[in-house]
Amino acid sequence: MSHEEIIQALYNETLAGNAPAVLELTLKALAEGMGPDTILFDALIPSLEEVGARFERGDFFVPEMLIAGKAMSGALNVLRPLLADTGAESIGTFVMGTVKGDVHDIGKNLVNIMLEGAGFTVIDLGVQTAPEKFIAAIIEHKPDIVGMSAFLTTTMPMFKVTIHEIEKAGLRDKVAIMVGGAPVTQEYADVVGADGFAADASTAVRKAKELVAKRRRALQPA
Amino acid sequence: MHTVLSSSTKTLTIGHDLPFCIIGERINPTGRKKFQEQLRAGDLSQIIIDVQQQVDGGADMLDVNMGVPLTDEPVLLSSAIKMIQGITDLPICIDSSIIEALSAGLEAYEGKALVNSVTGEDERMEIILPLIKRHGAAIIALPNDETGIPATAKERLDIVEKIMRSVEKHGIPLSDLVIDPLAMTVGADPEAVKITLDAVYQIRERHGLNMTMGASNVSFGLPNRHALNASFLPMAMVMGLTSAVMDARTPGIVTSVRASDLLLGSDPWGSNWISRFRKEQALAAS
Repeated sequence: MSHEEIIQALYNETLAGNAPAVLELTLKALAEGMGPDTILFDALIPSLEEVGARFERGDFFVPEMLIAGKAMSGALNVLRPLLADTGAESIGTFVMGTVKGDVHDIGKNLVNIMLEGAGFTVIDLGVQTAPEKFIAAIIEHKPDIVGMSAFLTTTMPMFKVTIHEIEKAGLRDKVAIMVGGAPVTQEYADVVGADGFAADASTAVRKAKELVAKRRRALQPA
Repeated sequence: MHTVLSSSTKTLTIGHDLPFCIIGERINPTGRKKFQEQLRAGDLSQIIIDVQQQVDGGADMLDVNMGVPLTDEPVLLSSAIKMIQGITDLPICIDSSIIEALSAGLEAYEGKALVNSVTGEDERMEIILPLIKRHGAAIIALPNDETGIPATAKERLDIVEKIMRSVEKHGIPLSDLVIDPLAMTVGADPEAVKITLDAVYQIRERHGLNMTMGASNVSFGLPNRHALNASFLPMAMVMGLTSAVMDARTPGIVTSVRASDLLLGSDPWGSNWISRFRKEQALAAS
């Protein structure tokens, strides 16, 4: 197999969610001397982008997105330590959690998978995440973005509470904040003072990339 | 075990020996952008259409959820309930996660309502159960607690038992407790529906309680949801599910439930099934 054939096969197998094949091809690529960054940026990320695009068009369904994400994360487990060695930069760090009082996590997990697939480093705080826990994670991981998920109209107000606590801790300027979940709307996101909202996992990735780009532009010296 | 509910003029009984109780899920703004905007503007007219379609579809009861962010949900829910009770005699399932909204809904409701819902969290039960007791209502309870949604049927059963103790402690009869064993999408976990079915079976076997669930959840994120929902309900009915908050507007799904009623012995001699058939025949002839 030529390097190009390996890249193409990796792309195809990731799209098909074939985890064993993706892992095998990743190991094969490395054994043939291909760089971990080549594998990630030329095969895996474009493939997951295609998964996201198909999902948004309604051509792909939730299980297909999940298995593609799982296939990719199998490969990432192998590549991550190698990528750290090459000094390749993650496109951003994302701290994610379902807010306090809420135990729903299917949507959140789906967003995590797509974010990882897009090259983000994701720190998942799980469900029932109290504001203090978000704050501790911001201090520890210095993320670009904090994502909050809520599935209930009763727990949605925790967005505002958590954002307020992050402000009080003096950390609001350090991160962009995204919110999402079944009952959440753009309007609601605006009211609670979030920087971003997305209605589904694929859009969330696009929004996250935009926010990171915006932050990095803002941080660049004029 | 019989759970008896009512509107001001109609009584409805849920039980393992009775036809399945179809609770129409439609009056819920989640994911309905236009409906949300209408409700926010105080326009309740869409509800009339939703009620009619579900009554025509064969609903036995209607779930009413007014969870629109940035509105006064208690006020909205109580006006919706009053309005709906003016146009149908079907009993109502008052659906909110906001306690003030449940309270306002119960105040507005005429008859014995089913309240959707409480969880196994102590804090929630201590607030909601006294409200249920005061109004003589029935309550749907979800077997999840502070730590999340249990991954196994056994853990769900443990929380059910905890809920039962709490319900009895508050002086509410177990016949007014309806368990929602948590239906999750099979699209995110291939075992999810098997676990739910196992929980339904065990709750039925051990405690004989009535059960309901958001049945359409099982097909979330998948194509041809109607076929999945229509296949799931008979399976859950065999295991002991006695009611569902479900799509009452799609004939294939409702028919599948009514066929199961007959096949499982809760529509003796097919009297409901046959009269449905005659009604459709007459409709086709007219």
